[in-house]
Amino acid sequence: MGSVDWGLALDSIGPLVGGAITGTIPLAAVSFVAGLVIAVAVALARLSDNRLLSGLARAYVSVIRGTPLLVQLFVIFYGLPSVGLTIDPWPSAIIAFSLNVGGYAAEIVRAAILSVPKGQWEAAYMIGMDRRTALRRIVLPQAARVSVPPLSNTFISLVKDTSLASVVLVTELFREAQQIAAFSQEFMLVYIEAAAVYWVICLALSAVQGRLETRLDRYVAR
Amino acid sequence: MSPADRTPLLTVRGLSKSFGDTRVLADADLDVARGEVLAVIGASGSGKTTLLRCLNGLEVADAGTVAVDDARVDFTTRPAPKALHALRDRSAMVFQQFQLFPHKTVLENVAEGPVVVQRRDKDEVRAEARALLERVGLADKADAYPHQLSGGQQQRVGIVRALALRPELLLFDEPTSALDPELVGEVLLLMRDLAREGWTMVVVTHELQFAREVASRVAFVDGGRVLESGPPAQVLGSPEHERTRQFIRRLSHPL
Repeated sequence: MGSVDWGLALDSIGPLVGGAITGTIPLAAVSFVAGLVIAVAVALARLSDNRLLSGLARAYVSVIRGTPLLVQLFVIFYGLPSVGLTIDPWPSAIIAFSLNVGGYAAEIVRAAILSVPKGQWEAAYMIGMDRRTALRRIVLPQAARVSVPPLSNTFISLVKDTSLASVVLVTELFREAQQIAAFSQEFMLVYIEAAAVYWVICLALSAVQGRLETRLDRYVAR
Repeated sequence: MSPADRTPLLTVRGLSKSFGDTRVLADADLDVARGEVLAVIGASGSGKTTLLRCLNGLEVADAGTVAVDDARVDFTTRPAPKALHALRDRSAMVFQQFQLFPHKTVLENVAEGPVVVQRRDKDEVRAEARALLERVGLADKADAYPHQLSGGQQQRVGIVRALALRPELLLFDEPTSALDPELVGEVLLLMRDLAREGWTMVVVTHELQFAREVASRVAFVDGGRVLESGPPAQVLGSPEHERTRQFIRRLSHPL
């Protein structure tokens, strides 16, 4: 094993962190927010009395969870142009990641809604609320607390999964790393450095999760 | 003043309800006059809680009618949500397990219905809510969360939440059954005060002393129907039916 090229290590921090800031983080953040919106809609569809709606939601979750994210990404970026629909790298990545997060988080949101006691719905109805208002003001806020830990997991997975966007030509952390590595031929050094940057981002996210849980715990008995 | 002198507020006729093959309500009739306090007693599984839950549409009966004031629902055909809503508007319920909203403070719990559903002025509602809390001795708990309160305090908040809705009819579903024995008194005392103020109340309860001293009438439910009802002294003291006698004896002398 050769000696470590400290000069290269130092020089590549800039581009790697830059790739995280302009690529990885916005890609993950936008996809997560869009994915959450999809997830709530799909969870509500699955819980609805409408057979067609809940069937469609079930099928969506099944397809998303039953196929690899990389394949989903390829279908959107490399597959759709052959049927006349060409989407740029960034939107392709965001669509793929949002749909993917939507499928996984839908099950989390559904379970969280079901975890709220039936009596809470009844109390909401008792004070005169309709189903929609009961959901929005009474049930979802309680479900949110329950779903923070599993949703944090989903978000952390997503941050790492955004490295797949490098294969559809989105310039993010991992693509930067590949380019530096190819140029310098220091594969071990550069990829370990890239891994370290991912790890630091995820450490920060874990800290945010902890604070969020404490904040939402203010009304929970301990 | 006897109940007959008063105008009827609640009228139930031929109410029936089955869960699968189990018939929970079988042709139940019930009348409650304005200002009356009706204690509903009966063994577990007799249908008394289901009867109560049908009164505000939390349970949808299979047949029969429920009328509260000018809101009348016929369950022969599946009632429209609007009709159930109108029925529900006339009453407010206090639950066995309190069912306060854990993510809202005591004051928010009380103000939620009046502000969000009834669209009354927020400041006015809050002032009224504080006054009600003051009345039940919980003024200093307005900004606390439910989990910070004892069971008795939580149930008093549950009662205040019901009162704040300004209902015609108060429904109580075994309001003291989930409480530690030493906390039962504070809730029953508050309910006695409400009775004296003239609230119309239907109280499903196992507290015979409350039924005897506070209720104006007692109804004994058995097999999904009201087997007998009358003044407390009559129903609890010299009941007509053997079933009633057995039940009261079991409750008074569990050993």
